[in-house]
Amino acid sequence: MKRMLGLAFAAVLMASAAARAEGEIKVGEINSYSALPGFTDPYRKGMELALKEINDAGGIKGKKLVIISKDDGGKPGEALTAANELVSRDGVVMIAGGFLSNVGLALSDFAKQKKVVYLASEPLTDAIVWSKGNDYTFRLRTSNYMQAAMLAEEAAKLPAKRWATIAPNYEFGQSFVAVFKDLLKKRRPDVEFVAEQWPPLNKIDAGPVLQAIDAAKPEAILNATFAGDLVKLVREGNTRGVFKDRAVVSYLTGEPEYLDPLKGETPEGWIVTGYPWYSINTPEHKAFLDAYQQLNKDYPRLGSIVGYSTVKSIAAVLNATDDHSTEGLVKAMKNLKVSTPFGEIVYRGADHQSTLGAFVGKTALKDGKGVMVDVVFKKGADYLPSEEEAAKMRPAN
Amino acid sequence: MDFLLIQALSGLASAASLFLVASGLSIIFGVTRIVNFAHGAFYMLGAYAAFTLTDRFAGPLGFWGGLLVASLAVAAVGALMEVVLLRRIYQAPELFQLLATFGVTLMVQDLVVLIWGPDDLMGPRAPGFTGAFSLFGRLVPTYDILLILLGPVVLGLLWLLFHRTRWGVLVRAATQDREMVSSLGVNQKWLFTSVFALGVFLAALGGALQIPRTTVTHYMDLSIIVEVFVVVVIGGLGSVTGAFVAAVLVSELNAFGILVLPKISMITVFLVMAVVLVVRPWGLFGKPDAAPRASAGISVRPWKPMSALERGGVALVVLLAALLPFVSGSYALSVGSEILVFVLFAASLHFMMTVGGLASFGHAAYFGLGAYGAAFAVTYFGVPMEAALVLGPVLGLVGAVLFGWFCVRLSGVYFAMLTLAFAQITWSIAFQWVEVTGGDNGILGIWPSAWASTPQGFYWLALGVVVVGVAVLRMLVFSPFGFGLRAARDSGLRAEAIGIDAKRTQWAAFVVAGTFAGIAGALFAFLKGSVFPETLAIPMSVDGLVMVLLGGIETVSGAVVGAVVYKALAIWLMSQTELSKLVLGGIIVLLVVAFPKGIVGFIEDWRHRRPPAPNGAGPEAMGIAKVEAAQ
Repeated sequence: MKRMLGLAFAAVLMASAAARAEGEIKVGEINSYSALPGFTDPYRKGMELALKEINDAGGIKGKKLVIISKDDGGKPGEALTAANELVSRDGVVMIAGGFLSNVGLALSDFAKQKKVVYLASEPLTDAIVWSKGNDYTFRLRTSNYMQAAMLAEEAAKLPAKRWATIAPNYEFGQSFVAVFKDLLKKRRPDVEFVAEQWPPLNKIDAGPVLQAIDAAKPEAILNATFAGDLVKLVREGNTRGVFKDRAVVSYLTGEPEYLDPLKGETPEGWIVTGYPWYSINTPEHKAFLDAYQQLNKDYPRLGSIVGYSTVKSIAAVLNATDDHSTEGLVKAMKNLKVSTPFGEIVYRGADHQSTLGAFVGKTALKDGKGVMVDVVFKKGADYLPSEEEAAKMRPAN
Repeated sequence: MDFLLIQALSGLASAASLFLVASGLSIIFGVTRIVNFAHGAFYMLGAYAAFTLTDRFAGPLGFWGGLLVASLAVAAVGALMEVVLLRRIYQAPELFQLLATFGVTLMVQDLVVLIWGPDDLMGPRAPGFTGAFSLFGRLVPTYDILLILLGPVVLGLLWLLFHRTRWGVLVRAATQDREMVSSLGVNQKWLFTSVFALGVFLAALGGALQIPRTTVTHYMDLSIIVEVFVVVVIGGLGSVTGAFVAAVLVSELNAFGILVLPKISMITVFLVMAVVLVVRPWGLFGKPDAAPRASAGISVRPWKPMSALERGGVALVVLLAALLPFVSGSYALSVGSEILVFVLFAASLHFMMTVGGLASFGHAAYFGLGAYGAAFAVTYFGVPMEAALVLGPVLGLVGAVLFGWFCVRLSGVYFAMLTLAFAQITWSIAFQWVEVTGGDNGILGIWPSAWASTPQGFYWLALGVVVVGVAVLRMLVFSPFGFGLRAARDSGLRAEAIGIDAKRTQWAAFVVAGTFAGIAGALFAFLKGSVFPETLAIPMSVDGLVMVLLGGIETVSGAVVGAVVYKALAIWLMSQTELSKLVLGGIIVLLVVAFPKGIVGFIEDWRHRRPPAPNGAGPEAMGIAKVEAAQ
């Protein structure tokens, strides 16, 4: 027993042997590397590219930017352990990362308690900047609300009046559907929602779910399932003809992460948000794409953009101020402008949400692969409530 | 009406996939008594292997041949695992094999990503079954029909195999009484290996048959393993027909349930299992165990309270632990606090498993209830940490009183599965009742009072609570209540005969264990500053089981060591490598082989490796005799 305690001691001591180096600025980063490699693999490649560009150009005012990445295994509890290690042992100036919304919220609450800046890269939940927002947390990714607003705008143009919804049964799906319904009804009071299905994440029983939707005879379907659930849904729906003669609005489906696995079975004409990396012709994106493909023998996914822009945001805030204390960074983060492959974004001072936009388009088949066509870039700022309204949604703190 | 028929057909198609995997698990459990946690991993491997083969060899022959070859290859891997790993530990205490298969599962999860890459893979559709045919104006996929027919065909083939071949007769005999079969001179080794290979083949086939419907992913094992267990238990352990009926029942209830309650899917199977087990404690087609055999192998050496020297040693360790804040940084202390919390959690489960003989697969329920109780107390009643640490565990206690009353009427794996069902029901309430629990976004802002908010302060708080908690549990072991509990564990009948109310004693033990888990949970809430449904989820229960088994199930306080080793390793590996599951799984497998009685069990064996105890003529000796007979 003593020997085992000794073993644990040794592990703990090893962990606390911190290496300190001069001329470095360390930033902590946490993501679900082992649990969600499909996202984190391209995400990491994006981060590495940005980090290389920054350090090749002289780092942060002559100091090398170092990013220490930790795995959270997809669990909020593990993410907090990692955050603790980064902040109290590695001495990072700020933390970033996160994919799952609950991990993001746990980290944001940690940031508030320990008074350290947290840049949430991917978590989509609206709560992280609004109902549970705090002074120390900022969010990069185009949020649930923003993408719902973009899709609701397109949905309102459809003739369909009878809508059905399919979304995974957790906060992400629930809040997305709620916002979409609300915004669509504001634009089209004549719309009614006739059926809803809430399959558990990763466990959709697609046949019965689609039959239940079909039975309500909707004219249009809103889908928020993704990854394996989406593939099941598409395959069953195509075979059963559930999507025939129906408009489908589908959240995130245009992201290469989720569109590419569908290959030749990609349904055509779905209205989706996503990342058509093959048809974006802005100079910012071209530069990013070339650099990315030079470094990696692979094309970028949306995760790559998120990873790249996260690191660019970190560099921007560290460059914007010499005061790398938490107060200094919070001050510099507010209204910070960052150039990303999707153009310039601003971290709004009132609610700490970035104005990163998103691409909306339609799915199509090209050479046996799914692509997005008729792509429009929607600016994030146009789909956010005004800063005054947003500030009112945040708790006083 | 015709809509309902189509919905029923969809349900049957889902049932077929579930049945294939479940039947394999049921056969394996029936004969070898192994709770094969790796069954989901084999299901996933079957899908990956089939993807590779069907991707390479097109055409009907390539596809169907690919499916078959993939399943056979995975079955060979399964047989290899049985020979190399499981054979070494059949003599270990019951459930220990669960630990080995858990280690393998962890390894496979990382291995498939290393081999096949992180992306979701979409295999081809089945040649000849890509379309649909029209029934009452609605389209039904032809592949669904194939699956619907395949279920009964496999059931029929298994029936023939078990009733018309000599091998099948032996398997059925072994299912009923494996000691008897081996004493009649049947080579048990190869019987076990072949049964295991057949079970794995069915799992892999179930996975391979999924590739025309979905993508192959590295988390598909998790999406099926628990459900499959539940199906096996509803049907009755070891009964293939039962597994079939249960799969149909669960799938149909789900298909129709979502028409009324679209959010029901998350919990359908667990609700069905809870109802079935309460009404029929041995599942639909299961039979009550004949006379329950004394758990062979437990307590070969009678437990004794610690000697003065041992007490001194423990006091020294506690003192050293209390001095830790003077030498280490705050990160080490917060890791130390986390380990301490899990020491108490594991010790509470250990009390129930070892002293009470009640192995719970759902102990996280009481841990999580304690955490949520503390969070509610802070969020809704604004009480300070000190009060919340007392109020939180009350919720764990209440949960244990309620669920325990149902659970202790069952025994063995059925008991374990009912605890799992209640844990999952509790989890889904925390997950779904967004207004109160915050759903999966959890409850934030549960931070400790000022005096305990430093890592040092919290560490001392945790150390104090945990030392007292573990000491109380240990004292209970050697109290009259503890002796009564052990009597009820070793022989319910004899215990009843001398006036011990076995069920009531076990219920009390359940409540004690639940309350202490609740205390650990409340501490955990303040350590993390937030509470999420993950505290109630299956991985948390499994972690507890692993700690207990790693420490040694036959020991008095092995769980303490198991928790320290497992948690320290897990946290350290998580921080060091993204392949933490692969390394952790590998270490678990090695530990299982090296220490088949757990770490503490091994140390005690080593310490007592003197002449055999002279007082070996008690009832325990019968246990030894039985183990030897099994060899």
